[in-house]
Amino acid sequence: MRYLVYAVAGFRRYATYRQATLAAVFTNCVFGFLRSALLLAVAGASAGAVAGYDEQQLATFVWVGQGLIGVVSLWSPPELADRIRSGDVVADLLRPIDLVWQLLAMDLGRATFALMTRLVGPIVVGALAFDLFAPRRFSTYPLFACSLLLATVICFGCRYLVNAAAYWLLDARGPQIAWTLCNGVLGGLYFPLWFLPSGAALLIVVATPFPSIIQLPLDILVERGSPEQQVVLLSVQAVWVIVMLAVCRAVQRRGERRLVLQGG
Amino acid sequence: MDSRWLTAYGPLVRAQVRSQAQYRASFVIDVAGSVLFGVLDVVAVFVLFRVSKTLAGFTFADVFLMTALANCAFAIADLLVGNVERLRVYVRSGLLDAVLVRPLGVLTQLAVMDVAARRVGRVVVAVGVLIVAAVNAGLALTAARLVLLVVAPAAGAVIFSAVFVGTASVAFWWIESGELGNALTYGGHDFTAYPMPIYGTVFRRLLAYGLGFAFVAYYPALALLDRRDPLGAPAGLGYASPLVAALVAAAAGLCWRRGVRHYRSTGS
Repeated sequence: MRYLVYAVAGFRRYATYRQATLAAVFTNCVFGFLRSALLLAVAGASAGAVAGYDEQQLATFVWVGQGLIGVVSLWSPPELADRIRSGDVVADLLRPIDLVWQLLAMDLGRATFALMTRLVGPIVVGALAFDLFAPRRFSTYPLFACSLLLATVICFGCRYLVNAAAYWLLDARGPQIAWTLCNGVLGGLYFPLWFLPSGAALLIVVATPFPSIIQLPLDILVERGSPEQQVVLLSVQAVWVIVMLAVCRAVQRRGERRLVLQGG
Repeated sequence: MDSRWLTAYGPLVRAQVRSQAQYRASFVIDVAGSVLFGVLDVVAVFVLFRVSKTLAGFTFADVFLMTALANCAFAIADLLVGNVERLRVYVRSGLLDAVLVRPLGVLTQLAVMDVAARRVGRVVVAVGVLIVAAVNAGLALTAARLVLLVVAPAAGAVIFSAVFVGTASVAFWWIESGELGNALTYGGHDFTAYPMPIYGTVFRRLLAYGLGFAFVAYYPALALLDRRDPLGAPAGLGYASPLVAALVAAAAGLCWRRGVRHYRSTGS
């Protein structure tokens, strides 16, 4: 119940930034045009299909991918790291509530708002300008919804860990840069990972959490492979959710012991 | 002008670089990150050509040259004025008031105050990649083309700088513009890195000709490669890129001036 209050707070906080949301959707749409033009040109040069995606699937991959950026909040500023450095985090730790769960609840509230704005915006623009892929099987819709939820939690976990590095480093810029590099290339944002040699792609999907944030939800949505394969992708995400949350809790416990307040 | 640069801006730049290098580990990580981002810029081209032989009729060597030119131009602009995108933060926090009362140019001060020394890494990589791309393309280098190979990234850097400044000026009117500028700055970087024919007509007209992005890499690369434009532009149009850069810079300068005049302090 307490967590619901935090989720509502997260929703309302982001719902107040209406202009920023509009600006972000605009930017996502410009990148939608850029990336879909590029990937469609690649597909056009290889008889309309590439790495198992046809043109509709590629366009959908790009446009829904641009919407996903906002839902999982791929590039949010390192708020917690700043609070750790400044010492403000002590106010959070004094509350009789676990910091990880509290932040997760707020993030899910934020994601709910993003779902209604940041995801819908690019999909509408993309559907107006391009032929998008509508899932053929009804089961894809609930699978995609689950996948979105898992992706949001995994992305939250990654961002939390990057920020929590500040407990040890004070300046979390290094991890922040590494995270930005990894989520773009290994996440499937710049190009679908299956453009890589299949062994390498498979290794990245299984051994790192990044594809579970962008690539896997999109593969589920565009029905790449059979329903069984969709379930397998979802299971990979589920495993990563469990791993990430366990690591987050462990890091938070050790971080609290490590925390040194810098005066003030 | 020269003496003022040395006496007024010189110490500012030095102080900035020194203060950024103070936290040595962070600085090294930042430089390494900037190098990696520079490498990453070309990785996508390799991956795309792994699954496709040509892109809108252009081979890997052609597109690699365009990407290298675009990266070089962007890296230089990002180093010089990239941080001007933080203008909206300064407008909101009131820091801009402090900048305005000093007897120095506003834009130059902002560029100098925020010079990101770490971004040198990306420029070094970009120049290296450009040389590799030029060799790889087997250019028939005449004197004119050699000059173009040097001038094009500079002109492209002017175009990107103008776009950085122009989009940042939006904050004078619209503080909450958020990441709006990224669409044209980082988006412009992505846009210029590939041949223009891949884009839809309206989108291409707006960005390639409206903002001059076609002159960052596409037309210079065609001139360097001695190729005809599939879109039908006259040969040698790439040599006009300094002219286009001057026009775009003038437009951005006008935006900036109007913005500074329009500026009302937030009072914070």
